[in-house]
Amino acid sequence: MSNIILEIDNVQKSFGGLKALHNLNLQVEEGKVHAIIGPNGAGKSTMLNVCIGRLAPDSGVVTFNGENVLGKQPHEINQAGISRVFQTPEIFPDLSLLQNVMIPAFAKREGSFRFNMFSNLCSEKEVMDEASHILHDIGLNEQEHDHAGSLSRGDKRRLELAMCLIQHPKLLLLDEPTAGMARHDTNRTIELLKKIKETGMTKVIIEHDMHVVFSVADHISVLAQGTIIASGTPDDIRGNPKVQEAYLGGAHL
Amino acid sequence: MTIPSFKKDMFVMLIFSAVILTMPMWLKPLGAGYPDLLQKFAIFGIFAVGYNILFGLTGYLSFGHAAFLGVGSYTAVWSFKLLTMNVLPAILFSVVLSGIVAAIIGFISLRRSGIYFSILTLAFAQMFYNMAYSVLTPVTNGETGLQLARTDPRIIDNMLSEAGAGLPSPGLFGIQMSGYSGFYFCAVLLIIAFFISQRIFHSPFGMKLQAIKSNQTRMKYTGYNTRPYLLTAFVISGMYAGLAGALMATTDPLAGAERMQWTASGEVVLMTILGGVGTLIGPLLGVGIIKYFENIFSALNEQALLAAYSFMPDWLAKMMVTITSPFVGEGWHLTLGALFVIIVVFLPGGIMEGLGKIKNLFRKRPPDPVEKTLVEGQIQEEKA
Ligand SMILES: Nc1ncnc2c1ncn2[C@@H]1O[C@H](COP(=O)(O)OP(=O)(O)O)[C@@H](O)[C@H]1O
Ligand SMILES: [Mg+2]
Repeated sequence: MSNIILEIDNVQKSFGGLKALHNLNLQVEEGKVHAIIGPNGAGKSTMLNVCIGRLAPDSGVVTFNGENVLGKQPHEINQAGISRVFQTPEIFPDLSLLQNVMIPAFAKREGSFRFNMFSNLCSEKEVMDEASHILHDIGLNEQEHDHAGSLSRGDKRRLELAMCLIQHPKLLLLDEPTAGMARHDTNRTIELLKKIKETGMTKVIIEHDMHVVFSVADHISVLAQGTIIASGTPDDIRGNPKVQEAYLGGAHL
Repeated sequence: MTIPSFKKDMFVMLIFSAVILTMPMWLKPLGAGYPDLLQKFAIFGIFAVGYNILFGLTGYLSFGHAAFLGVGSYTAVWSFKLLTMNVLPAILFSVVLSGIVAAIIGFISLRRSGIYFSILTLAFAQMFYNMAYSVLTPVTNGETGLQLARTDPRIIDNMLSEAGAGLPSPGLFGIQMSGYSGFYFCAVLLIIAFFISQRIFHSPFGMKLQAIKSNQTRMKYTGYNTRPYLLTAFVISGMYAGLAGALMATTDPLAGAERMQWTASGEVVLMTILGGVGTLIGPLLGVGIIKYFENIFSALNEQALLAAYSFMPDWLAKMMVTITSPFVGEGWHLTLGALFVIIVVFLPGGIMEGLGKIKNLFRKRPPDPVEKTLVEGQIQEEKA
């Protein structure tokens, strides 16, 4: 058995009377693509929010690379190696596409604060080339000088993915990366995800599209009502009657 | 939206310096070519350029920058009184001290964002304003304002030479700070201030500030500690304001608390928005326009208006005077307010947005895609 990179240990989180996360346990193996599926409102996004320091859980522990992440600031967690694609795209709408990917590249290179006001952006060739290259990978290089705010929703998602990829995170969290995308865009994203898989980057991917899940995942966990009800290889999950009952309403996969 | 090269930036600096240094010439026909007003342009220019580093890049709207103006002025006058009439130490102390004050105010105010940040900065500035009349009177000399006196110690000056008979005036190694030499001194500092601002705008640091303005949440989850970035921008803009305050005191060595009133903080906001927030040159256009028209409008009175309307029939002229007189003289702020409303409603990007629109009108439209393929087709036919 290989290394556990992310461990969620008995996490609870309530919003008022609603138990969004309830005795949640999850282990993510290094180098694997771990898909999380589950109905709407199951607590999937809340789980990611706890991992990146956006929400503090009521109790429980989250360990990344052997270190407790609870109580750390969001930027410290990112610098430790976790990047996230949000469910609603979080990009810099007023900056150009190129600048959107340069910003995370600088964060990776310079850390959480650097006062470099006398260096010229134009002389940062290395970062600019890297940024151009990644925009090329996601097929947005021709618009690299446009405002990111003018992109379509699907393109914004892909841009956000590029912003995370340029950081070469140890762990990439993806919250429904293909939601609201046209089929053709979805296929493109699957290609991209498969390509990243070859780099051995650990990923947690929340996804509704079963086609996407079964084409990229090594391991699948099913989350319902704030807790994991099943976990295993894609084949295990496909044949699990409990999953079909709770999540798929009896439909066959 | 491309990133300008260093070469292009230097070219812009060259043009900018030429335009600023020749101001006495090209402003003469407009009736604004005299030193007092020119100095005002340069000093408020520095204030606005610095303010834009905070407001334009990070989007944090401070309503308290006049406090730093005041700190700069008082510090400069104290430097004249205690040490020397040379302006360099005065400027140095002013910039350093206003930077320290900005670090303290910024540290507290930046715990909040949006309207709460604005209110906090306003509250701090009003506190300074009130303290200048109360607990701080030993430093500020209250209502009278801080002035030079013949009996001031001026330790350094008195060590070097005997005190003269009259009241000395600020200078730079013998160059007087009044008249044209005073303007050129302020102009050189404005050019340096603009250069630093341009460097910040086109550095990774400046781009990160713009990213904070665009989406601070994303910045945090991208690994940036945004607070020190904001504080640095706040302190830099506070130092610019301190420099402007010191220059006000060098051209007229008197510091009063009214310089810290909230209207002074509001004025720099108006100038920046009028010219174009977040653009390099916009705030300077705002300064130019506001100070130029302030100069004209506030000098007008009913007599002047009557004279201006003398070509009209008597009754019409009288009516026009009644309508327009509330907008001139003391009423200049009414005109300014109206102008501001018009700009914010119709041109939220300020004059720079207006210029951009005009430029787009004149730019040659790119050829229609259909037309282009037709043309290319023809060329290919010809080749074949
Ligand atoms: N910040 C919040 N405040 C209150 N309720 C929340 C908050 N975030 C999520 N919830 C609730 O918690 C439950 C789980 O939400 P979420 O994690 O977004 O589900 P999903 O699995 O669809 O991503 C939902 O009922 C949602 O309304
Ligand atoms: Mg969700």
